[in-house]
Amino acid sequence: MSLKDQKTLRIVLAETPVQTRFETLQKLLENGYTVTCTTESGSVATESPNVLLIQKDSAPGHIVEQAESARVEREAVKQGEWKPWFPVIDYDRCTNCMQCLSFCLFGVYGVDQDHKIEVQNNDSCKTNCPACSRVCPEAAIMFPKYKTGPINGDIVTTADLQREKMKIDISALLGGDVYAMLRTRSERAQSRFSKERDPDKALKERQRCLVKLAEAGDIPAEVLMALPSPEEIAQRAETAKAKAAAALQNNSK
Amino acid sequence: MSKPKIIYCHCAYAQVVPKEVKEAVLRKLCEANVPFEAVADLCESSARRDPSLKRQVESGQIKIAACYPRAVKWLFAAAQAPLAPDATEVLNMRSQTADEIVERLLQPDLKSNLPTSQESGPKANQSAPL
Repeated sequence: MSLKDQKTLRIVLAETPVQTRFETLQKLLENGYTVTCTTESGSVATESPNVLLIQKDSAPGHIVEQAESARVEREAVKQGEWKPWFPVIDYDRCTNCMQCLSFCLFGVYGVDQDHKIEVQNNDSCKTNCPACSRVCPEAAIMFPKYKTGPINGDIVTTADLQREKMKIDISALLGGDVYAMLRTRSERAQSRFSKERDPDKALKERQRCLVKLAEAGDIPAEVLMALPSPEEIAQRAETAKAKAAAALQNNSK
Repeated sequence: MSKPKIIYCHCAYAQVVPKEVKEAVLRKLCEANVPFEAVADLCESSARRDPSLKRQVESGQIKIAACYPRAVKWLFAAAQAPLAPDATEVLNMRSQTADEIVERLLQPDLKSNLPTSQESGPKANQSAPL
């Protein structure tokens, strides 16, 4: 079942004493709950089975127990067991070039019915790996939990874009002819892409670049270790490229 | 007009928001005895398309204590709960102090600050050549 289809439980805390409110909130949040903290007395809309109203002056620990019991009873998911690490697209910057779709080997990206790039499988993303954001020429891909800007969502600077331009070279090596389908290319780029038509060479370049990225501290070692076999990488890269090419073709119609 | 609603993100599953800042903001919100919505992790809420986000956005003006405004803007959009640019103020617990954040959260006025397309930074085709 996808993340968005899983049932969650929201807690409504009504008239909780100020003295214990912080501790209660903290415990509930650390257990993954969304909490509505209301100061209003009287009726609180809790008609949804996804909402648990807690009004009594209970000890914080007891409130968490109540919440857990209700969650299990209502078959709601336990939040917080998955570290929410996934790309977030800044559509103010995205040019729908499909480089991310072409690059990602884990099927995180897809296109919507209007052939627009979107994140489709958040939980397929490899925790702490920001590699796709490094290949985006517009710095349009964010990982809000990343340590530094602009990947963490900070404003993009000209200096960031200069770095991104250098990364395009890497992404061209990795992605191959998807980039070639984009707009005009320089003679130098044409020469580079033609070399990549040799599949062995392209694969070697991809591996070399992945090692380079890992060395730069961008891809965790465990992600590299989790990469499939070279044959599988080649196959997935082909699939991703085909998806990107189809989307680009539809966009140009 | 009613006061802006408040959303607080506990950023539970990463160390990027300083613990002392997020705890101080939460503590002061509790002590201020104001209503607010607290999410364990806005990223997870976004990935799950938590209906709470949509409900809050549709309720009118909103102040959000979380991280960078650009990230928050697109996390809500990804959750199919797009924020209204003129009705949203984002306070950044990664770069602001707890006192600054709480002061803004508790003020009745709203200073909208979601970045527009132009404000997200220069575009690749606008930057100087290498």
